[in-house]
Amino acid sequence: MNVIDVHDLTKSFNGKTVVDHVSMAVGRGEISGFLGPNGSGKTTTIRVMCGLLKPDTGHGTVLGHDLLTEGLRIKREVGYMTQRFSFYEDLSIEENLAFVARLYELEPVGQAVRDTLEDLGLYSRRRQLAGTLSGGWKQRLALAACLMHKPSLLLLDEPTAGVDPNARREFWDEIHARAADGLTVLVSTHYMDEAERCHRIHYISYGKLIASGTVDEVVDNAGLFTLLVTGGDLAEAQKRLRRIEGVDQVAPFGVTLHVVGTDHDKLEAAVRQVSSETGSQWTKGETSLEDVFIQFMANARDNMA
Amino acid sequence: MNTLFSLRRLHAIILKELIQMRRDRVTFVMMLGVPLVQLILFGYAINLDPKGLPAALVTASQDQYTRAMVSALENTGYYRFDYLVDSAEKGDRLLENGTVSFVVTIPGDFARRVIRGDHPQILIEADATDPSVASGAISTLSTVAAQALLREQSAEVQSAREKARELEVVVHRLYNPEGITQYNIVPGLLGVILQLTMVMMTSMALTRETERGTMENLLAMPASPLEIMLGKVIPYLMVGAVQVLVVLGAARFLFGVPFVGSMPLLLGGIAIFVMSLVLLGYTFSTLARSQMQAMQLTFFFFLPSLMLSGFMFPFRGMPDWAQMLGEIFPLTHFLRVIRAVMLKGTDFVTISNEIGALFLFVLIYAGLALLRFRRTLD
Repeated sequence: MNVIDVHDLTKSFNGKTVVDHVSMAVGRGEISGFLGPNGSGKTTTIRVMCGLLKPDTGHGTVLGHDLLTEGLRIKREVGYMTQRFSFYEDLSIEENLAFVARLYELEPVGQAVRDTLEDLGLYSRRRQLAGTLSGGWKQRLALAACLMHKPSLLLLDEPTAGVDPNARREFWDEIHARAADGLTVLVSTHYMDEAERCHRIHYISYGKLIASGTVDEVVDNAGLFTLLVTGGDLAEAQKRLRRIEGVDQVAPFGVTLHVVGTDHDKLEAAVRQVSSETGSQWTKGETSLEDVFIQFMANARDNMA
Repeated sequence: MNTLFSLRRLHAIILKELIQMRRDRVTFVMMLGVPLVQLILFGYAINLDPKGLPAALVTASQDQYTRAMVSALENTGYYRFDYLVDSAEKGDRLLENGTVSFVVTIPGDFARRVIRGDHPQILIEADATDPSVASGAISTLSTVAAQALLREQSAEVQSAREKARELEVVVHRLYNPEGITQYNIVPGLLGVILQLTMVMMTSMALTRETERGTMENLLAMPASPLEIMLGKVIPYLMVGAVQVLVVLGAARFLFGVPFVGSMPLLLGGIAIFVMSLVLLGYTFSTLARSQMQAMQLTFFFFLPSLMLSGFMFPFRGMPDWAQMLGEIFPLTHFLRVIRAVMLKGTDFVTISNEIGALFLFVLIYAGLALLRFRRTLD
């Protein structure tokens, strides 16, 4: 049975639909990435799934509990890490964890706190006030706190925003280690490299789920073709390519231009013509996840306009 | 698993609140320092029966009757003759610019008229812009003046029969025979100080969590509305208890306010009152969206309850509708309880209505707060 199994979730605020018929399934031990631009409804979807918001319509189960009637049980059994740091800045790491341990009625409190401190490498800083911690340490504290009661599902809302690459790497290693032990994770993120570390990804835009699957499936299903242009007058080539129909994206990556489009023949014709004009070479390239997301965003804008 | 109430989860929240309270040094000091400062300040400053008020004497004559009248007035304690002027205009000017509160004019023919028995008159002009200033001083006048003259004219002039016919009114000033303002003000101040600090502090309870972003997390964890409410309110009950001890101690030892009644009854009444205050503050915090709004709600509530409770002005002196309005404030009932128990030694049965009203407030506020509390972020 899937850990998350929800159908047609809809949630609107003041007449504005923020989540629009979202269905999602996440299996046990899976790390699912939740992607989408700012304001696309990721946070709202996660809040609905952990029982913090009631959906307007839709149904489903989380950890086998009914989303509509068993919100309180879901709340108890998931670990939810909020987007904004939401522990007490005027309490030390240790005091924050003790507070959480007592609320979840873990016994004995001291042991639970000590284990968590050591487990997450927080022991040396346990007396430091949370408000004085750097972004990376705050994130670690938040993770520690939501793992404390040993949930079998973790909902992480942009956990690595404002965290340095090293701390991010450690964070993901931690998540993968726990997923290997059977923990299910749904994590929202903006970072492509993080999306690529997920078993499956879900892309949401303007409240609608647009794509779901493994990274390869999402890239393949997008139906995009990518050509790489190098050498010659790249700046001029970029300018000219942008004007041609059938070229959807032109993006410089160092000394290479990524040219992306949905119609392979039109794209190749355009690239061939412009390359000859600017003295550039071109080859076939691999479409990246980022190319796909940029395309999704562009399409969504077109649909809204 | 019990989702409604668990002592351990309540303990978790109380502990957290106490740590936060301790870390917030300024607020902590204010909670204990402010009551003491206010008590001393207001306790000594407020006087509802002002004495030794500056007065000017307008007279041309220096005869024995005039002197007798002046010293009789001074002996009441209300008048302090700072100015001796020779014309009515000068006296009026002093009154107008507020230098004196009274101008006493004794006409030049006063002594002659007294001797002739020809309706002697003196004129006292009072600055009645503040009626309470003038009232005490004026109320003593007629008797004082008559007695002063009697003494001077040797009492035998009056026949015994005349004396017997005189109507004597006997007034007993019960519970506070000397009319000492502090006896009235200091117990009242306890109520006012408790009301301000308790309601204000607890009105921030939830809004602070919302503003700091910790509310989302608190709601995501297994804390029930009842636990959150009690967990937030109980630490302030403890603070209130300390405030009560400070103020009652000061009332006894600084102001010498008598404690006539039963101490357990007094403390019980105070406990219920404080409970109603913290719950009211907590109710505010479920209504307000920000700490600023919570603050505004507190003050919106504070001023009417101060004015209409009978703390500042006599409750029975207000029109009926205002008295009815006054009944909806816990402070009104608390003032009756504390003044009755402390000064009159009233027993429980006599004030059970007031205690009952306070208890009703506790139930109403708690119910309202629980009803208003949102378990989700909707």
